[in-house]
This record gives sequence, C-alpha cells and structure tokens, in this order.
Amino acid sequence: MNDEKVKGRLQSPEERIHNFNEVEFGFNDEEALREANRCLQCVNPRCMKGCPVSIEIPEFIKHIKEGDIKGAYEVISRSSSLPAVCGRVCPQEKQCEAMCIKGLKGEAISIGSLERYVADTAIQNNLNSITPAPKNGKRVAIVGSGPAGLTCAGDLAKAGYEVTIYEVLQKAGGVLIYGIPEFRLPKSIVGKEVESLKNLGVEIKCDVPIGNSLTVDELSKEYDAVFLGTGAGLPKFMGIEGEDGNQVFSANEILTRINLMGAYKEDGKTPIKKVEKAYVIGGGNVAMDAVRSLKRLGIDAHIMYRRGEEELPARRMEVEHAKDEGIVFDLLQNPKRILTDENNNVIGLEVVNMVLGEPGEDGRRSVTEDENSLHTVDCGMVVMALGTSPNHEALKHSDVKLDDRGLIVVEGTKTSLDNVYAGGDAVTGAATVILAMEAGKKAAKEIMEKLS
Amino acid sequence: MYKVLYNKKISSASFEIAIEAPLAIRNAMPGQFCIVMPHEDSERIPLTIYDMDPEKGIITLIYQVVGASTEELSCIQDEVFSVVGPLGHANEICANPEEFKGKRICYVAGGVGIAPVYPQVKFLKEHGFDVDVIYGSRTAEMLLIRDKIEKVAKKIRYATDDGSFGTKGFVTTILEDHIHDYDMVVAIGPIIMMKNVVALTKQYNVPTIVSMNPLMVDGSGMCGACRCEVDGKPKFACIHGPEFDGFKVDFDLALKRMSIYREEEKEKWEQRKKRMEGEANHE
Repeated sequence: MNDEKVKGRLQSPEERIHNFNEVEFGFNDEEALREANRCLQCVNPRCMKGCPVSIEIPEFIKHIKEGDIKGAYEVISRSSSLPAVCGRVCPQEKQCEAMCIKGLKGEAISIGSLERYVADTAIQNNLNSITPAPKNGKRVAIVGSGPAGLTCAGDLAKAGYEVTIYEVLQKAGGVLIYGIPEFRLPKSIVGKEVESLKNLGVEIKCDVPIGNSLTVDELSKEYDAVFLGTGAGLPKFMGIEGEDGNQVFSANEILTRINLMGAYKEDGKTPIKKVEKAYVIGGGNVAMDAVRSLKRLGIDAHIMYRRGEEELPARRMEVEHAKDEGIVFDLLQNPKRILTDENNNVIGLEVVNMVLGEPGEDGRRSVTEDENSLHTVDCGMVVMALGTSPNHEALKHSDVKLDDRGLIVVEGTKTSLDNVYAGGDAVTGAATVILAMEAGKKAAKEIMEKLS
Repeated sequence: MYKVLYNKKISSASFEIAIEAPLAIRNAMPGQFCIVMPHEDSERIPLTIYDMDPEKGIITLIYQVVGASTEELSCIQDEVFSVVGPLGHANEICANPEEFKGKRICYVAGGVGIAPVYPQVKFLKEHGFDVDVIYGSRTAEMLLIRDKIEKVAKKIRYATDDGSFGTKGFVTTILEDHIHDYDMVVAIGPIIMMKNVVALTKQYNVPTIVSMNPLMVDGSGMCGACRCEVDGKPKFACIHGPEFDGFKVDFDLALKRMSIYREEEKEKWEQRKKRMEGEANHE
C-alpha cells in the first residue's frame, strides 16, 4: 500500500506574488480520501492530546474514509466553531500533527488539510453543523468578534444560550478579517463561518465601541454573563529616531488597510503606499503576513530581524512560503534610526548587526549589537511588526482588574467582576488564533457551569 | 445600515448629515468623534460629532468635501453602511466642568471646525458657563451654522480672509486684541490655524486645548495611523485624543503627516470624477 503523504497543491510563487488569492488549493475528494486512508485510527489517539480544542480527530477522519463528509463535519463542529479557519491557520505541526504516531517514523497525517477539506466541503454544500439546544432563556454578551469571541459564542449558542456579540469594526471576525491576509485565509471563508454562527442564533452587532458607547458594567447588568475577547491591542513601536516618518507604519495598519479596507484592489477606496523597497521589522507571523502582502503590491519587501533564522518566531511554513516568494531575510540586523528627508518622507534605515549570545531564562538567545557594524540601507517604507501592548478602550468606566502588564486578570477565565469572563490575547498578550479559541471555549464552559 | 434623515448642502463646500444611530451617541460627550462609511467598500471617514438628539438616537455631522470619500458621502440620500461612535475622549472642560468654573474661556474655530465647537459651547452654556467664540473662514459664504452658534455663545466675533464678513484677517487677528480677557482657549480647525493660535497663546501663556484630526483607519487604537507627537511622545489621536494640550503638540510634524497619501488621494479623486462623468453620460 502506498503510504506516501499527500502533498497539498500550491499556487506557484511566480504566479502568487501577483495576486492575493489563496496560496494553497486544498485537497480534492481523491486527495482527501488518500490522505485519510493513511490514518491508523489509533485506539489511544495522541493527536487529540495536541489539539487545544480536543477535536475527535480519528473519528472525523474515519467519516472521510467512509465518504461521509457531513458526518465528519458534525464531529468537528462538536468541538470547533471555526473549522475552515483552523484548518488553515492553526500551527498543526506543533499541535495535533506533532503528536501523530505516523510522524515518529515517517510523515504525520495532514490533519489540518483534512479539517479544511471537510469544512470547505460543508460550506460549499451548505451543510448545517449542529442543531442548537432549545433556548434556555439565559443571555450572554460577548465583546469582540475575533476567534475567542466567536468560539465562545458558538459553544454557548449550541447549548441554548442567547448570545449577542459586540464588535467595534464594520465586519465580524476580528484578526481573521483585519489581520490575516486573504492569501492565507480568504475573507469569504471567514464570512461563511460567521454566517453559520448566525444560523445558530448568534446576534452580531458591529460598529459598537464597548467602553465608549455601552460599557462593560452596563452589559454585566443587562446580561447574565459577559465575555471579553477584545484582542491584542495597540501596536508597539521601537521608540527610535525617525519613527514618526510619513512611511513608517505598524503591521496592523498595513494589514488593516489591505484586508479590512481592500486597499489592494484596483478600485479600492482606501489608499496604500506603493514604494520601491520596504523593510518589515520583526520575525513573527504578523511580520510574515505584512511582508508577503507588500510583495504582492510589487514592493521589494524585506524582513529585518535581530535574531537568526533558527529564532524566527513565525510558523516554519510561513517562512518557507515567504522565501519562495522572494522575500529577502536580513537576519541578525536591527534598525537604530529611520532616515527621513525634509518632507518627513522615509529614505532609509541606519542598521546595526547583531551577535547571538547564550539562551536566557526564557530560553531565547540573547543578542548584542556589534558596534562597529553601523551602516545604512535605502528604503521608502518601514513597517513595525513588534507585537502589541494592551488596549483598555473596552474597559473604560468599569473596574475589571488588570495585572502590572495591563493584561486582564483571570481565575480560570473569570475576571475580578462577578459575571464577567475574559480570554484570548487580552488575557495572555499576543498569541495564536487557536489559543484564543481554546480560551473562548473554556470561558463558555465556565459560564455554563455558573449559570446552570 | 443606518437611516439618513437628510444630507444637505450648507455652503459651497460643506454638508450637514443627520443619521439614525442610537448606539453611536449613547454616552457620547462633546469632543468625541465617530467614523462613517458611506458604502461597504468606502473609506472610514472620521468626523467629530456636531449635534445629537439622544432621545431620537440621531447624530448630526458637518463635513467638507475635500476628496473622493467625502464627495461619495455627499451623494448619499437614504442610508449609510456604517457609523461607529462615540470614539476618543470627551473635551476636558465638558468632562469636568466643576474644575473649570470661573475660568474665562474662548473657543476659536476655523472653517468646519465650528461643528465640533458648537456642542461644547452649548454644553457649557447648559452648565452655567458663558464662553466667547471667535470664528473664521476664507469668506462669508463659508461661515456655517451662524444662527445656532450665536444662540449659545456669549459673544461671537467673526473673521474672514477676504473681509466679506466681520474682521478682515485671521482668527488670530481678533484673538490677539482680546487675549487678556481669557484664561483658557480651545482651538479647533485646520492644523495651520491651530498652530498659529497656539503660537499666540503660548506668548501670553494662556492654556490652549486643540483637537487633532490626523489620518486615521480603525479609530480604536489598533493601527496607529493617527500618531501625533505630543510632548515628544507618540500619541494616538483616536484613543489618547483627539484633544491635546496645544502647547505640547508638534504641528509641523502633523502637517507633514497629513500629506502621506496626497498623490493616492488625488488619483482616487480623478478616478471618481471620471466614473461619475461616465455614469452621467450613460443616463
């Protein structure tokens, strides 16, 4: 029996750097079946232990083997409200697939690709996931429609709760809409997942800045429980000279203009700068998303990261895709100053080389500057992808307790207020979609325990 | 979608729009702003709140047509796609009127800057303040909502660049003559006007609040497009402002940062004009 892993088909790098269409095509029926048949259906499935939301992986794969995609979708939907999203953006290589027994001697099952296949097939055929339990008359407000909020909403709605999500932007999805680019996660897919939550009875109110319009205190009185999934927050800057230059942007701004506002489209009404050469500072997933987006606008796009290749925090696959697309990685380098002309336009960067030292307490290797290496490079844009610091807009006029880093303090997922829960980046600092989903799931469980 | 009650031209370049958006003015205070999107694919347009009727849930905004997006807004008759508000902080005086009791306050407005000035003056009048207003524009025809502001201001003085109404000259021409009458100034208008007002009030050490209107995208602190330099540090106008201590704002930098998308904006303006002409010919 041929046991070779089925490789996902990709748009070629030469082609995809000229469009924003999805890089991976996803399995067709034959590929999915062939990959599913590789699964050993372990009695004690290790893969499930690697899944933050405990999807019954062998069970859904079994349904694929039997050609029962509806059944597979039902199994996944029991645990996840966003399978088409997770199948695409979860770091499976560190989670389920890392645990897969087949990975010990050969290659792990492509669980992520199979999950995506099931979800996409369900969406194409308008398969309903789950019929919600009868309404129990309890009402929950959710602040923020990102992965944490959507997951919490989905679990509560399935259990019969009446759920209202409040979102400040004009579209639901949070980082899935404004942050992760179309070529990794098509917005139509996010739209469909949101649609299926609405079909479960979840109400979504966009354009509401909680904290300024309604407050958390008001919500906690009006609803039986409140979940805060407000996300990561304010983009960080370096605090170096020239950072107020006209073409210095946060990665969030670049991504928001492109993804949420459609600035990459020919007839897009929100503008985006098209320069010859740009540097994205940082080495995480957001940096990869930003740099690959800029490349697609025809910009000579570089990553500048102060540590080395091994230390890049981004998903390996994203780094590989970026390299294939011709992104230049300027590693072990750090900007010291942004150079601007008399009109405040960016003309270059003053850069210093970095030297890696021993790993520190956090396990990350320290870096020091090589003082003799100061040099300048030309560029017309600098994008900061350095992470975020907490944003407390939603908490205005309320007494939710924060820690000294400004993150929401929780016990389990409960905040210092009686019926207010929180999870996701607002609690942990910037992390991943799936961890936010795990927190949303956990909060839904705790809310149900409290209210039952 | 939000119902538009009216969207009318009030001068050669300015419009007043009234929209039903109860949550956008819930708990709103003078000085705060909102963001409007005419259509689903439009730009997000930040506008400071001009007037509101909390009982009916109606927000009223005044805007000037300066490019493709505001022109697009001016064509709306029935409904707009998105209105989000209130955003940013309330004006400091309106938020804590007790702290400012007894202060002699002068509001200085330039052009459409009268729109955000009006609710503050009105609010303060309702809270026992008598404040003066100096209002300037290029020409008489561009002086807006005169009847409304005259009802709430103690004294109002006008300036026009061409002398067609009030004093010939700038708001600073008038302010300089009366600067000793005031303990505090609030200036709202074009950056260059606010810069000139602050240059004057700084000389006489009269504390001055200004309202910054930089380029902005989400308006909730997420993107940092609206960074202004205040006291040497970057501040986000959307969540730290939009009002700041005028003595600490770097206006020259703000002016330069306004020009970031000038070429792109011009291009989109041309595109829109062509499209509109095309549609007109088609009819």
